[in-house]
Amino acid sequence: MEKHVVVIGGGVAGMEAAGHLQKSGFRVSLFEKEEKPGGHLNDWYKLFPDRRRSSEVKEYLDKITSEDGIKIITGSIIDKIVSDKNQFRISDKDGKEYSADAVIIATGFDLFKSERKEEYGYGIYDNVITSADLEKMFRSGSIELADGRIPETVGIVHCVGSRDEKVGNLYCSKLCCVTAVKQAIEIREHLPSSKVFCFYMDMRMGGAYYEELYREAQEEWGVNFIRGKVSEVSEAINNKLVIKSEDTLAGKPLKMQVDMLVLMAGMEMSEGGLKLSESSGLNKGNNRFFSPADHHFGSNKSNIKGIFYAGTCTMPMNITETISHARAAVSDVIDYLKDSKA
Amino acid sequence: MERFGFAISKGRQIDYDANSRHIAGYISEREPSFRVCIECGCCAATCTTGNFTSFSLRELHILLKRGENESVRENIKKCMLCGKCTLVCPRGVNTRNVVTLARQAFQKFPADAV
Amino acid sequence: MQFDPFIIPFNIGLYFIVIYAVVRSVSWFGDLSRPDKLRLQRGFFGKAFGQSIKEIFLESLIHRKILKSNPRLGYMHMSLAFGWFLLILFGTIEADVFGAHHLNAPYKAIFFKFFNPEHGRMGFEAAFSFLMDLILAFILSGLVLAIIKRFSSRVVGIKKTTKLRVLDKIALTSLWLIFPSRLLAESFTSGAYGTGSFLTGSLGSILASFLPAQEMAYPFWWLYSLSLGTFFILLPLTRYMHIPTELFLIFARNSGIKTGDQPGAFREIQIYSCSSCGICIDACQLNFSAGITNIQSAYLMKGIRNNENVSDIAFNCLMCGRCDQKCPVGIELTPLRMLSRRAGETVENEQSIWQKYFPGRQVMLPVKPVSDPSYSWLKQEEPAKTDVIYFAGCMTHLTPAIKNSMITILEASGVRYNFLDEKGGVCCGRPLMLAGQDREARELINHNSQLIWKSGAHTIVTSCPICYKVFKESYYLDVEVLHHSQFIKNLIEEGSLKLNFLHRKVTYHTPCDLGRGSGVYNEPKDVLRHVARLLKSDFEDENSLCCGGSLGNMKISSRQKSMIAHDVATELTKGNPDILATSCPLCKKTLSAATTTRVADISEIVADAIVRTAIKKKLNEPVRKVKVAVDFHN
Repeated sequence: MEKHVVVIGGGVAGMEAAGHLQKSGFRVSLFEKEEKPGGHLNDWYKLFPDRRRSSEVKEYLDKITSEDGIKIITGSIIDKIVSDKNQFRISDKDGKEYSADAVIIATGFDLFKSERKEEYGYGIYDNVITSADLEKMFRSGSIELADGRIPETVGIVHCVGSRDEKVGNLYCSKLCCVTAVKQAIEIREHLPSSKVFCFYMDMRMGGAYYEELYREAQEEWGVNFIRGKVSEVSEAINNKLVIKSEDTLAGKPLKMQVDMLVLMAGMEMSEGGLKLSESSGLNKGNNRFFSPADHHFGSNKSNIKGIFYAGTCTMPMNITETISHARAAVSDVIDYLKDSKA
Repeated sequence: MERFGFAISKGRQIDYDANSRHIAGYISEREPSFRVCIECGCCAATCTTGNFTSFSLRELHILLKRGENESVRENIKKCMLCGKCTLVCPRGVNTRNVVTLARQAFQKFPADAV
Repeated sequence: MQFDPFIIPFNIGLYFIVIYAVVRSVSWFGDLSRPDKLRLQRGFFGKAFGQSIKEIFLESLIHRKILKSNPRLGYMHMSLAFGWFLLILFGTIEADVFGAHHLNAPYKAIFFKFFNPEHGRMGFEAAFSFLMDLILAFILSGLVLAIIKRFSSRVVGIKKTTKLRVLDKIALTSLWLIFPSRLLAESFTSGAYGTGSFLTGSLGSILASFLPAQEMAYPFWWLYSLSLGTFFILLPLTRYMHIPTELFLIFARNSGIKTGDQPGAFREIQIYSCSSCGICIDACQLNFSAGITNIQSAYLMKGIRNNENVSDIAFNCLMCGRCDQKCPVGIELTPLRMLSRRAGETVENEQSIWQKYFPGRQVMLPVKPVSDPSYSWLKQEEPAKTDVIYFAGCMTHLTPAIKNSMITILEASGVRYNFLDEKGGVCCGRPLMLAGQDREARELINHNSQLIWKSGAHTIVTSCPICYKVFKESYYLDVEVLHHSQFIKNLIEEGSLKLNFLHRKVTYHTPCDLGRGSGVYNEPKDVLRHVARLLKSDFEDENSLCCGGSLGNMKISSRQKSMIAHDVATELTKGNPDILATSCPLCKKTLSAATTTRVADISEIVADAIVRTAIKKKLNEPVRKVKVAVDFHN
């Protein structure tokens, strides 16, 4: 009989895993909490480093998950997995139960809630927005301030909720730097007369063609980079935002007025993932992401046999890495179900 | 004999081997969080004292670590210990204790300060 | 004549300790400042006398405060202190009534049974014997608790009893031996003569049935006398010095003497009044949330008594004042700690035994003057004339929601105000004071005082309890100092602020410097009750917790701070409030990092509740016109 695999989370990792499981001959159920699958991909306009539209990736994922043998259940929040003699009982919030021979968890990440850094004024000052808010503006085709004016100067703050022990996140989300560079370029593209300033602690451009994108931002788009963490933001009488930072390379405090401030919210373990880890006894690391059985050669394995991880529920990853990680999870599932049959 | 050319004047360079890092050692022994600073400048940006006068805790931090003590000695006195820097530091450096210990160290080992 | 050589150790001890206590008291009195001397004289011969006697009875004997907070520990202290007192009192009466003479020497009362072995056979005598046995049993029950406490401190509710020194141990052993040896001595004597009541009589007859009671009694009378004598002689070197000192303290305190900001005799009296009972350790959040168990006030007092360098202890404290509230002796622990902070690192000196008995006036010898911060760069400014000054405080600049809410409230109230530190001000000075640098803090205080004075304001409103406390206590201002909670309450009462009722459940966290530090408990809660449903927590008012973010502690790591904050947030959100309210920017920042419940300052909640039509006109104005009188950036 056909083995049944449940995939929890219908983002990039979940969809990719579902598609590959189906290709490998399994019956697949893909659970997604939102009304449609796609995860954060639905919110993003263009992707780094090549600035292709995220919808292209989404189209690919939709295609591979539209095959027979994949059942997509949307609007369903899975809150418990119980392991029972090579079988898993999976129950959702409404108490519906499903059974599976193996489970892939792909609950992904949540963006850091920027209002937790009160000193940056998100939710207090109208023109302080997050990277996700800016993507929405890109999709709508217009970047404007709360009162409808066009911003002339835009500040971008790196490391919001990452590398910050004050919010309990010691780790680097590793993709905000390149996102900042990509978004800086896009702002300049949309608003050629604007000035853009990135406030960074370190530029972590460790992916393929990231450093090149950084260079392009400087060379072709005139984006300014200032090395210094922003300490606080206030509002001036003219409704501009006043940023306080230190230009650490010049060795002097720096005060700047901008029209708009974009916060590069970091990645955190998703709330759904946290609940699942509590209810189902899945190990978490100090960074609160799921802790794989081995960071080197078991990054898809959980502490429970038959439950596997795919994607950013284990650590911040870009789409390329997420897709590879999801395929690797499928390979682990194949091994596991082959063994359990014997 | 007059010297021309590219000789680097003595005061310009950090003479790492000659400098004493005794003060930095005194501080990091008593306040280990002194070691984890990443020079982001957040403390200097928010600094109440820095608002009025040239005072950068980040700079004093790195100078102490390099043993460039003499420029720190006078400057460190300007801090009002208000604690804003402690609140914004992403690395959780206990900045108020660092300042207090630095002042203490300069009192205890005046020779190192020169 | 009734005499036996075994009473000699007791007599030596007793006369020694009485004379010693008188000499020490006279020397303390001599060391008091002139105004304090006058206070004590007036107190001793005035109204305060009755009050002091009452307090001595209730606190030194009954131990009412300990009984209230921890009944078992209270019983232990009461049985030993009050029981011993009763034993002496009734022993003296017994000796007076039934003895050969009236007005006997103390030893006759203490060793009454030895000299009157036949006493207590019948009638009134027997009833008195019964009473004496009952008191002895009462003491012994407390002693059993004390011994159990030494070995398993959980029984009486204290998690950690303070560590003991060698002399303390000898004194403790002699104290423990006093009552069991009395029990055995009296029992053997009773056994030999067939007297004694339910305790000594019964035990005596059992012992006499298989032991030579007559011969056995004598060594135990010696042991009884020796342990009493040893205890009295060692008492000045140990924590038991608190017994005589506490009496002095009660009179001094009731006469209105306070710790003040200079070390002096009252400081010493308080330090010697600490019995190391350990209640401060129980109250300390550094203990129960962060696992730090060697810096609490009992250790500070002990360190100072032993002339140690206590600077590490002194600076590792949240200065939250919880222990002051709980101290059963009422020692002003936080002001005493401030004195130690001012002294900085001190010279440690090992004392000889003689010096221990007669410590000269304790001098804190700083190792070296702690560096001299200098604020000569401060420039005087000319602020605009105004009625009300709003001073947000350094921390409030990191919580823009509070700052904005206060602007909204000030605008809605219609008062003429000036946001003094809108672009950042000079620190209020309290953080420096907490670091023991009062002289330097004075420079900042003078600077800010001039600014406030020049503005002509009649009121200064601040959002920060740290600033509030120092404005109130250490600034000599001729203006009304208000925390914003008090200011808002006034606005509501005079009708300047129209507020909606928000249907929210709110728990209120009292900030240390506002609550215990300045006695402002009710105004914030009154304001909250006006706009929301206020829930009760287990930690209200004097018993409130410190958020952990206190500027008072110079030593603990950010991890330890967050351990404290998490415990506090967990406690205060037990009732599932919609909002965890506080009235301090520092508390807000610390607590919001520790919980998913919304943490808000009362000013934010009030700003949310403002009836919008009331400020519509102002909001419609194109640009907010806040007069920026002090532009530091010119």
